[in-house]
Amino acid sequence: MSQEISTEKKPLVEIQDLDVFFPVKGGLSFKKHYVQAVSDMSLQIFEGETLGLVGESGCGKTTLANTVLGMIEPTKGKVFFKGNDLYALKGKEFKALRRDMQMIFQDPFSSLNPRFDILEIIGEPMRIRGGFTDEEIEKRVVELLKMVGLSESDLHRHPSDFSGGQRQRIGIARAIILNPDFLVCDEPVSALDVSVHAQILNLLLKLQKEIGMTYLFISHNLAVVKTVCDRVAVMYLGKMMEYGQTDKIFENTLHPYTKALLDAVLDVDVDNKKERHVLKGEIPSPIDPPPGCRFCKRCSRATDICSQVTPKLKEIEPGHYVACHLYDEK
Amino acid sequence: MSIENTVSEKKLTQNGKTVWSKIAASCLKFLRNIGNFIVRLWNHPKGRVGLIILGALSVCAIFAPIIAPFDPYDVTQRAERGLHPSWEHPLGTTISTGQDIFSMLIYGARVSLLIGIVTGICIAFLGAIMGILSGYVGGWVDNLIMRVVDVMLVIPTLPLTIVLTNLFGKSYFMIVFIFTLFGWTGLARTIRSQVLVLKNSNYVKAAELAGAGRWHIMMKHILPGVSHLLIMSTCLTSAGIMVAEAGLSFLGLGDPTAISWGKMLAEVQSGGAMLFGYWWWIIAPGIGIFLAVYSFMRIGIAMEEIFNPRMKQTSSAYKIFKNLNNQYIEEVFHSMDESEKLGYVGGVNDNDETVGV
Repeated sequence: MSQEISTEKKPLVEIQDLDVFFPVKGGLSFKKHYVQAVSDMSLQIFEGETLGLVGESGCGKTTLANTVLGMIEPTKGKVFFKGNDLYALKGKEFKALRRDMQMIFQDPFSSLNPRFDILEIIGEPMRIRGGFTDEEIEKRVVELLKMVGLSESDLHRHPSDFSGGQRQRIGIARAIILNPDFLVCDEPVSALDVSVHAQILNLLLKLQKEIGMTYLFISHNLAVVKTVCDRVAVMYLGKMMEYGQTDKIFENTLHPYTKALLDAVLDVDVDNKKERHVLKGEIPSPIDPPPGCRFCKRCSRATDICSQVTPKLKEIEPGHYVACHLYDEK
Repeated sequence: MSIENTVSEKKLTQNGKTVWSKIAASCLKFLRNIGNFIVRLWNHPKGRVGLIILGALSVCAIFAPIIAPFDPYDVTQRAERGLHPSWEHPLGTTISTGQDIFSMLIYGARVSLLIGIVTGICIAFLGAIMGILSGYVGGWVDNLIMRVVDVMLVIPTLPLTIVLTNLFGKSYFMIVFIFTLFGWTGLARTIRSQVLVLKNSNYVKAAELAGAGRWHIMMKHILPGVSHLLIMSTCLTSAGIMVAEAGLSFLGLGDPTAISWGKMLAEVQSGGAMLFGYWWWIIAPGIGIFLAVYSFMRIGIAMEEIFNPRMKQTSSAYKIFKNLNNQYIEEVFHSMDESEKLGYVGGVNDNDETVGV
C-alpha cells in the first residue's frame, strides 16, 4: 500500500539511512566519542505536503533539518532533493539546487540583520543570485510585503521597528522570494506570542496553497502539528519512533513515547479526567548511546529485549510505521 | 533631434548607471554614515570635548604654514639662540639652533597626528583582515593566525623596535610599518571573537542558504558587524601610538629630519632646558601630546558608550589597552576598577586616616 502512495506522489526530499555524528572533544581517554545527533533516519517528503517533525529539545530535529538543507555534512547516508544526491554535487550545482530550499528560523529577533533595512533583508537572496536590477528587486519585495501582510511604507524601516510577529513575516518573505519548492520551518511560532500563532500559521498555509510549496515543519507544539501537518514523524534522541499520517498518529497512537507526548498536552476540558502516562527521568545523553531501544530506560512497558535489540521501523497499518518491540509479530 | 538626443542620453545614463551610480550611491551612503556618526559624537558630552580638541589640533596641523610665524624647517628663518618668550617668539627659541618653539609646536602636530592616525588605520586594517580570516574561514587558517598572534604577543616590543629601526633606518614609513607589525595582534583577537558570534547568527545562515559566497558574507554581514570595534580601536591605538612615537623620538630613534613633539622633548633634554630653567620649552610639547591623546581617548570612550551602552562596567577601552602591552595603563585601570569595587570614594588614604583617628 505504501508503495502505491509513493508511486502516486513523487518524493521531493528523500533521506536514506542518515547518520549525523559529532565528535566530542576533551576528556583523558584516547577513545573517540560521538554525539549521535541523528542516527539511521529514513524519510520521504512528498511534493505539496507538510511533514511535521516532533520531539523533545535536543533530539536532533534541527540537526536533521540542517542536514537536509545542506548545512551539515552527514556522517553516513544520502539526501536526495528532486532526485539529485545533494552531497554528491559540488560548487555551483550544489548552490543552484539548494536555492530551491529555504528556511524560516525559530527566533525572529536574531534572524534579521539589525543593520539592514527591510528592502535589503528581503531582497538579499535576489541580490546574491544576481541578474536583477534594483527596480525589479524593489518591485518584488513590495509584492512580497503585501503578500505577507505588511505595507509598502515599511520598506525602509529597520528590524528593530517591528514586533516579533511582523519580523517573522519578514523572515517568511525573505525565504520565499526566490520561489523555493521546499521550506523548512524550524519552530516558526514557538518564539511568538500565542495571539499571533494563528496568524503566522494561516499565512504559511495560505502561501502553501498559492505557491505550492512543500514544508518540513519542526515543532514541539502538538496542537500546531495536528492542524498544519499531513504527516508526522516523531523523533527521540536521534531516532525515528513513529511515522505516519497525522490522523492515524493522533487517533491510533502506537509508540509509548508518542502516547506520553500526547498525554502531556493540556486539555481545556477539566472534567475529562483521563489517565496520563507521565514520563519519568531525564533524557539520556546522546554520547555513545547503548544498543537497544533508546527510549527503554524511560518506557513504562519496556521488556528485556528492549535494552538489547534496536527495534526496526515496521509498517503496522498502511502508511503508519513504528519502531517498537511491542508490535513485533509473535 | 532633441528627442533623439534625450533617448541617447537616457541610454548612456542607463549604461553608466550600472557602475557609476552604484559607486556614487555607496560613497554617498558612506559619507552620510560618517556624518550621522559625527553628529552622534557631538551630542555625546565626552565626545564633544574630544571632537573640539581634535578639530583644533587638525586645523593647526593642516594650516601650519599659515598659523606658525616661522618655518622651523627653514635654516634661514632662525633667530638668536635661547630667547625668552616675547611677542615675536611666543615660546622663545631653542638653545641649540635658535628655532622658534611655537612654530615647532604647530609643525610638530603634523607629524605626531599623521603617525598616530596612519598607524591606527593600518592596524585596524590588518587586524580586521586577520581577525575576520581567522574567525570566519577557521580551520588551519585560524590555527596559523592565532599561533602567530600568540608568538607576537610575548615578544617585547620596545627592544625589538630599537633593533629594527637601527637595521632598516629611521624614516617615518619604517616606524609606521613596525608599529603596525606589532600592533595588530590584540585587535585581531578581539575581532575574531566577535566574528565567531556573528558567523553562527541566523541571518548569516539565511544568506548562506540563498547561495551567498564567503566574500559576500564577509563584506555584507561580518565587516559591518565588527566596524564599531574597528573605529574604536583606531581611535584608541592612535592615541597609544602617538605616545609610543614620542617615546621613540625621545630616545633618538625617530626620523632625524622631521619635527615631532617627541623629537622636541628629545631636544629639550639634549639642549639643557632644565639647566637654564626654560620651563616653557619643556611644557609645550608635553601639552601637545597630552591634548592629542586626551582627545582621542575621549572620542574612543564616547564611541564605546554610543555603540554599546550596556558595557560601561568592563570597558573595552581597557581591553584594547591591555593588548597594547602597556603595563602602566593596565595597572591604572586595574586599580581604578579595584577601588570602585571596594567602594572607596576619596581614595585609600581617607579610610586610613579615619582608622587612625
